Amino acid sequence: MPSDRSPEIGSTVSIQKHIFNALLEKLKTQGYEVVGPHVENETLVYAPIQKLEDLPRGYVTEQEAGSFRLVYTGHTRYFDVIPGAQSWKQFLFPSHANLFNLKKVNGAWEMETPKPTAPAYAFIGVRGCELAAIQIQDNAFLRSDFTDPIYRVAREKAFILAVNCMHPAGTCFCASMGTGPRVEGDADLTLTELEDVFLLNVGSELGRNILAGLPYESASAFVLNAANRGLERATLQMGRSMDTSDLPDLILNNLDHPHWRAIGERCLSCANCTQVCPTCFCWDATDTLSLDGNQTRRERVWDSCFNPGYSYQAGGNTRPTIHSRYRQWMSHKLGTWKVQYGTFGCTGCGRCITWCPAAIDITVEVADLRKEIR
Amino acid sequence: MAAHAHTHSPASPSERLLEPVWAQVMDITNEAEGISTYWLKFTDPAVEAAYTFEPGQFNMVYLPGYGEAAISISSNPADPTLVGHTIRFVGNVTRAISRLKVGDVVGVRGPFGSYWPMKEMEGHDVIIACGGIGLPPLRPAIYHIMNNREKFGKVYLLYGARTPKDLLYPTEFEEWERAGIQVQVTVDRADEDWQGQVGVVPMLFYRFRMDAPNSVVLTCGPEIMIRFVVYEGLARRVPAEQIYVSLERNMKCGQGSCGHCQLGPYFICKDGPVFRFDALQPYFNVEEF
Amino acid sequence: MTHHKPTLAVYKFSSCDGCQLSILNMEDELLDIAGALDIAYFLEATRAERPGPYDIAIVEGSITTPHEAERIKEIRRQSKVLIALGTCATAGGIQSLRNFTDAKAYAQTVYDHPEFLHYLDTATPIAEHVPVDMELWGCPVNKGQVLEVISALLNNRRPNLPAYSVCLECKRRGTICVLVDKGIPCIGPATQAGCGAICPANGRGCYGCFGPTRSTNLDSLTNILTKLERTPGETVRLFRGISGYAPTFRETADMLLKEAK
Repeated sequence: MPSDRSPEIGSTVSIQKHIFNALLEKLKTQGYEVVGPHVENETLVYAPIQKLEDLPRGYVTEQEAGSFRLVYTGHTRYFDVIPGAQSWKQFLFPSHANLFNLKKVNGAWEMETPKPTAPAYAFIGVRGCELAAIQIQDNAFLRSDFTDPIYRVAREKAFILAVNCMHPAGTCFCASMGTGPRVEGDADLTLTELEDVFLLNVGSELGRNILAGLPYESASAFVLNAANRGLERATLQMGRSMDTSDLPDLILNNLDHPHWRAIGERCLSCANCTQVCPTCFCWDATDTLSLDGNQTRRERVWDSCFNPGYSYQAGGNTRPTIHSRYRQWMSHKLGTWKVQYGTFGCTGCGRCITWCPAAIDITVEVADLRKEIR
Repeated sequence: MAAHAHTHSPASPSERLLEPVWAQVMDITNEAEGISTYWLKFTDPAVEAAYTFEPGQFNMVYLPGYGEAAISISSNPADPTLVGHTIRFVGNVTRAISRLKVGDVVGVRGPFGSYWPMKEMEGHDVIIACGGIGLPPLRPAIYHIMNNREKFGKVYLLYGARTPKDLLYPTEFEEWERAGIQVQVTVDRADEDWQGQVGVVPMLFYRFRMDAPNSVVLTCGPEIMIRFVVYEGLARRVPAEQIYVSLERNMKCGQGSCGHCQLGPYFICKDGPVFRFDALQPYFNVEEF
Repeated sequence: MTHHKPTLAVYKFSSCDGCQLSILNMEDELLDIAGALDIAYFLEATRAERPGPYDIAIVEGSITTPHEAERIKEIRRQSKVLIALGTCATAGGIQSLRNFTDAKAYAQTVYDHPEFLHYLDTATPIAEHVPVDMELWGCPVNKGQVLEVISALLNNRRPNLPAYSVCLECKRRGTICVLVDKGIPCIGPATQAGCGAICPANGRGCYGCFGPTRSTNLDSLTNILTKLERTPGETVRLFRGISGYAPTFRETADMLLKEAK
């Protein structure tokens, strides 16, 4: 039987890597649906995982503007893979959600509102940038005056095991945005992977309970040092950087700059950047009416400011041109978001750069705009 | 005056996403070609008892299967038991609304958004400048002024429509005049019977003497008209802080959540539709923003 | 609409029948359609052939023979609402490839007696011959969209058909971008959504069978695709496929061919 021993909140312990399976097992017995990075059909997704071996050990990602390659190098680390197109957003803010159904009975509409439900997710391997993204979406969905019930139900049950990022990818710039590579936000557990052991920093009572009874040691000064050195190295290895010192003013004072048109020449307005972005929160509601007109299903779906219909209203489209849509997106991420929520809408995760088929790079565009203004 | 337009802050967060409450169409007033006022009464007495609104706010009106449209409230805020929506039939939802009959039921969410600064305007002269379908969101303000006439200085309504037939609420103008509101009306194109002025709304600013520092301008209507009204106001030295503009965008959720109606840092559904002009100024002239 | 059930006629022109089949494939919803509409003419489904006029005519296929060019005019006269169903009907379909070549030369090669053939030099969409009230793209069409359009007609509302690209649909279903992830040429960014992003979900690039989006940047997309080509001319072939005769795709392929010369 496991002992009652459990580490203090704020402390860091070290476990043998194979013990992680016991940790996953414990999460599962406590009712969590454990999800993490996983290689499926030769690509990287976030999917249910059962055991340590389901994680993408031995893989790295090569990420450049407009290009992503998952490469097997055979290394022995489980948490080295920098995330792909998917983000935890898909679990907390699902791309499709049924809002309510209506049925006409004796001339009156009867409403059936499904109570929002979600599994208790345990997110395994949340990067600093991704944890920051979740907190940014919290600001949008869990406001003091309005709380999104669908998001809240999933969010308040979620267990977060964050990971310090030791080998950032080519499109990463979390160091510029202050969200990584070291995990800064509130996680239940924060993991650092060294060659032989996992270090786990305990961030909450929940995290503490999961570790209770597992064979761990308190982390030695030697391993803590190794972790710190790794993170310092990672900071220097960022593939991209962004100067934020003059943001948001640089953007907001230059909304009429011709550079937006130049970006519009390349932008496909395909919406990929917004769909892979872990902070983008726009949604639309659609009705599906039965043929007899007596039943309708109201659904919420992900939307995008790049959707030509996004700003359509009777009488016209506010942003009919592609460059005006791109400007809306970037001026929101790096400009008006700060006014709305006090943070940037960008965490430096680099997804919009990697997954843009046209290889448009937000860090380059900001730098170019700055250069052109000087 | 307060730095931003005025909004309620509720005590606890709402969790209703898009679920409407139901209201019955009690009456339909044909206002002009393609524009009618729908008088709604909530079917649930508890909802009716709790419902109040401020001049300038809007509701999301829902027709199951067709979708929602943001519609300003055009009726008297002193009587929220009968909520009036003056609707122009231009979109998918509003065209479906045009087929409604008395007794039909629609979904309603609201009221949403900021409102005209009725309290702050007390003691000031008020210039209400609007065009076309821009009058309905201002009619509650007119009613409020009439209900509390002694609290306001001189009040002018500058109103324009395309043709005399497009004028909304013409039968009420006399009553408004009697209540001490100077009504100035203009049309773009006159017909044979028209005795009044021809021209655009901003032109009406030349028709009266304004005590600019003590005046508040409220405006709503086509974007081009708003631009010139603001220009006329500023040119006469009405401070930007005393000019209020009501904007329209494709509001969808009404809660500043879905993102659609953004203009710069504002969610028009939540931070607007009524803005103090100085808050809009940085974004007002940016094309396609 | 009126008290009686609106009448429906379904016609086939030059096509593979696949779009009609997607109506028949609806199974569950087919009964609802039969309940809401009076099926007066639908040879694929029923032997009943009642004469027009009809409230709704659904037309599959493109116009490829002189006889078809006449017949569609008669159908238009007989129908209150005419819906072009599927990419043959909206853009000419795969048989419109003949429009880019010499159909006579092929006829000579394939047939012993080409003089017995009666065909037009081009395969063209219905809208080039008669006014069309509504177009539903796809090869084949998406059954949800068919239902949506019928429901919209019956309930007098605008159908909810997406104006955005396949990419948005693709990401909503959690598919990883095949263009970025695997370097597979894909014209999803320029193609109208509605199919459910089936091809990328199965590991292949979109070839545009739902037709071009209204707001797209084909210059930029062709720049990207020509760099990704696995075989020379692949980009041209992507645009000059099932929707190849749709104006913007047609112009794009023409431009690429001109540049190649």
